[in-house]
Amino acid sequence: MSVLIFVELDNGSIKKTSLEAVAYGAAVAQTQSTTATVLAIGNADSNELAKAGAYGASKVLHANEAALSNENAMAYASVLAAAVQQESSKIVILPKSGLSDAMGARVAAKLGASIVSGVTELPDLSNGFQVKRSIYTGKAFATVEVKGDIKILGIKKNAIEAQEGSGTATVESFNPSLPDGDFTAKVINQEKASGELSLTEADIIVSGGRGMKGPEHWQPLLDLAEALGAATGCSKPVSDLDWRPHHEHIGQTGIKVAPNLYIACGISGAIQHLAGVNSSKVIVAINKDPEAPFFKAADYGIVGDVFDVLPRLTKAVKESK
Amino acid sequence: MKILVCITNVPDTSAKISFTDNNTKLNKAGVQYMIGPYDDYALARAVELKEKSGGSITVLNVGEADSDPQIRKALAIGADDAIRVNCDPQDSYFTAAQIAAVAKEGNYDLILMGRESIDFNSGVVHGLVGEMLGIPSFSPVMKLDIEGNIAKFAREIEGGKEHLEAPLPLVLGCQEPIAEWKIPNMRGIMTARTKPLKVVEPVEVNDLASLTAYSLPAPKGACKMIPADQAETLISLLKTEAKVL
Repeated sequence: MSVLIFVELDNGSIKKTSLEAVAYGAAVAQTQSTTATVLAIGNADSNELAKAGAYGASKVLHANEAALSNENAMAYASVLAAAVQQESSKIVILPKSGLSDAMGARVAAKLGASIVSGVTELPDLSNGFQVKRSIYTGKAFATVEVKGDIKILGIKKNAIEAQEGSGTATVESFNPSLPDGDFTAKVINQEKASGELSLTEADIIVSGGRGMKGPEHWQPLLDLAEALGAATGCSKPVSDLDWRPHHEHIGQTGIKVAPNLYIACGISGAIQHLAGVNSSKVIVAINKDPEAPFFKAADYGIVGDVFDVLPRLTKAVKESK
Repeated sequence: MKILVCITNVPDTSAKISFTDNNTKLNKAGVQYMIGPYDDYALARAVELKEKSGGSITVLNVGEADSDPQIRKALAIGADDAIRVNCDPQDSYFTAAQIAAVAKEGNYDLILMGRESIDFNSGVVHGLVGEMLGIPSFSPVMKLDIEGNIAKFAREIEGGKEHLEAPLPLVLGCQEPIAEWKIPNMRGIMTARTKPLKVVEPVEVNDLASLTAYSLPAPKGACKMIPADQAETLISLLKTEAKVL
């Protein structure tokens, strides 16, 4: 009956958003008077996985067959479904991401389970099992009654404040047999920017729009991002113009982000861009046009030339360290 | 090659969202509707694939009669016929079960849709449909070519992309830059009027989740403006006041 939580790994460690999922799952487990079990897939050190215990898990199942070294959502779903069965889990928690959505979906169809993606708060158990989820790309919320015997929830970043405690979890090897049908696709190659901070994981994002005037003028933005330890993003026009790579595009049709701090440089604030950033805790807008709509969505604003303001901010960050 | 393209009928990306009937219904007054932007990319690529190697495109919508203008637009862009499953879907599993039921009958080689709908943003329907049909699903796919019975495609992964090859049939959730959106031409609009649009009733599905209410985010407080010549003070405010540094 254990609550099962899938965690994503980055270089053998549990991602921060996944630790939030563990904390969320542990909180739900408490309401059900049961324990929280974590499933990790891929290469990782047992000591790293045991850290899930500090967020409330009592056990970690670790699947690390060589066949699982690529993020293959179908094979991962088969592993997750096997774990649900082994643990007789009725509630499954995943961190909202492309991989988790794909896995959760296939597991839901395998088990005839309810699936709700984009959950923003702990469930309300006062009247059935109700969850609040983000809809219309962050412009609104819906409350959903989840009725399946097995419930799969994809939780959004910041759905819960993850507090690190002192518990530890035992780590068990878990390698169920995998159907051949999960491996019909051949990975030809991967192009991955190495060493880049992931936008969905980042606490701080510095993002640029057309106001940056061209790809050759990006350095002041990159300097501020480096000083802050921030990831970099951009608006849709910037990625459409190929000034920045497509995987940096933040907005309604790009990546949706939820950092603690989002700094928008020379982005006017079209509703489609705001939809991708409105889950950020604090938003700073820097724009030379005082009428830019971003100022209506921001917590702090500076009306000025980004090429003047950015170096001053970078300097101030460096001096404040 | 038989292609099924699933489209959603959603409020325009610039629509202001509000609710009526005690927060149980979307306020549709003044809201323009569109084909889901990701679905529109899927449709555009399907039309290109058909132009290159022939075949047929069926467009599918799970929705009520107010989807018909979007379905006609998809027909004008280049789909050959259309099916609408007549219902107001409120849950991903339900929607996927409707698509899977249509797909089983039609024996499609390729089932394309957007990576997610822009109303509910779940991003799970392609995976559900794939599993329900017992075939692979991938998302978000940003490049797609078909050679014989093999799909050669790229999907976005964190910080980059992955190139894959897999035999058909497949379910793919699509996003840009898989193709450029297509605007229907006059001839397309004229012929779309007479292309077949079949309306079918939904299959029965276990009730797994239902919407009870909508809500809006708390309004944002006023933006604190900092003079450009004192930009440095922003950093100390972010530390001491906002506590995010």
